[in-house]
Amino acid sequence: MKLSKFGTPLLLAALTFGSSTLVADDYVIDTKGAHAFIQFRVQHLGYSWLYGRFNEFSGKFSYDEAAPEKATIEVNINTASVDSNHAERDKHLRSDDFLDVNKYPQAKFVSTSYIPGDNGKGVLKGKLTLHGVTKPVEIEVENIGAGKDPWGGYRRGFEGKTRFAMADFGIMKNLGPKSKDVEMILSLEGIKQ
Amino acid sequence: MQFKNTTSHFGLIAISLHWLVALCVFALFGLGLWMTELDYYHQWYKQGPWLHKSIGILLFFVVIFRLFWRGLTPPPKALSSHKPWERKIAHIVHLLLYFLLIAIMFSGYLISTADGRAIEVFDWFSIPASITSINNQEDIAGWVHFILAILLIGLAALHALAAIKHHFIDRDRTLQRIFGK
Repeated sequence: MKLSKFGTPLLLAALTFGSSTLVADDYVIDTKGAHAFIQFRVQHLGYSWLYGRFNEFSGKFSYDEAAPEKATIEVNINTASVDSNHAERDKHLRSDDFLDVNKYPQAKFVSTSYIPGDNGKGVLKGKLTLHGVTKPVEIEVENIGAGKDPWGGYRRGFEGKTRFAMADFGIMKNLGPKSKDVEMILSLEGIKQ
Repeated sequence: MQFKNTTSHFGLIAISLHWLVALCVFALFGLGLWMTELDYYHQWYKQGPWLHKSIGILLFFVVIFRLFWRGLTPPPKALSSHKPWERKIAHIVHLLLYFLLIAIMFSGYLISTADGRAIEVFDWFSIPASITSINNQEDIAGWVHFILAILLIGLAALHALAAIKHHFIDRDRTLQRIFGK
């Protein structure tokens, strides 16, 4: 194909236009390849941190490097997949003392806004539904990286942290004064669609 | 009283096994209900389950030996005053009691070993995990353990009521036999 004098800049403009300026990229969280983790930690007696995770969840996000403030994310968690590496404790966590997974099988986070900060950090606001209660939470987000993967795809990853009192979501079981709060750590990698 | 059963009397071993199992079953049932409701900071929060599991595993060996002993020296014949329907129901209840005992102990084992951890029996020895791959194994096994335990206690109560009925209404020696008379 022969390009005219006007053709080259027009084509370049079209390419730039299509790739990032207007359309935000949609990503699906890579739960299939397990490059995504939803972990939590609670203090045990105030002496140490106990870690656990949810093994089954799914979600998607959209992110545009040129307009990061428009980023959105939605994550659904299967609460019965809670795993703290101890069957008897997991059974207790699923019971009505904690997650009550028969009654509330799903937890959900849906973002409402994103405020980008410096050095790839930002604050993601949204609504968390847990134990049947929906409340606004703020997640501190860190952009970890993005780029082509070795298999022909494009990936982008973040880590987010938030902290809330379990009682705010109606989980009233008393684990002691130092164990009222739970911290959630979301390490998510998305594959561009 | 002799060790082995005869055609008319229970022996010392069978009688001892019967009352040992009965005592353990009621103790484990009460302990199980109590320990699962304890506050996290309660003194017995760790000790209760430890005792429940240790006694439960030991009871399994006792029940296995009891079945072996039953095969070796069969229980005495039913009293001639027992009606055919009484004999039939008594036999079914006895079999069900054994079945429930085994099923409860096995389901309890599947709760604690669901993550591959062994069960510590006091500080003496431990029983390793085997089946660990059932989805939400600890929850399903826990539910089965609880329901069957309630059934067992209900059936044991029926078994005891029947014995009391024989003693006070029929005025035969059914109940006395399990005391060695």
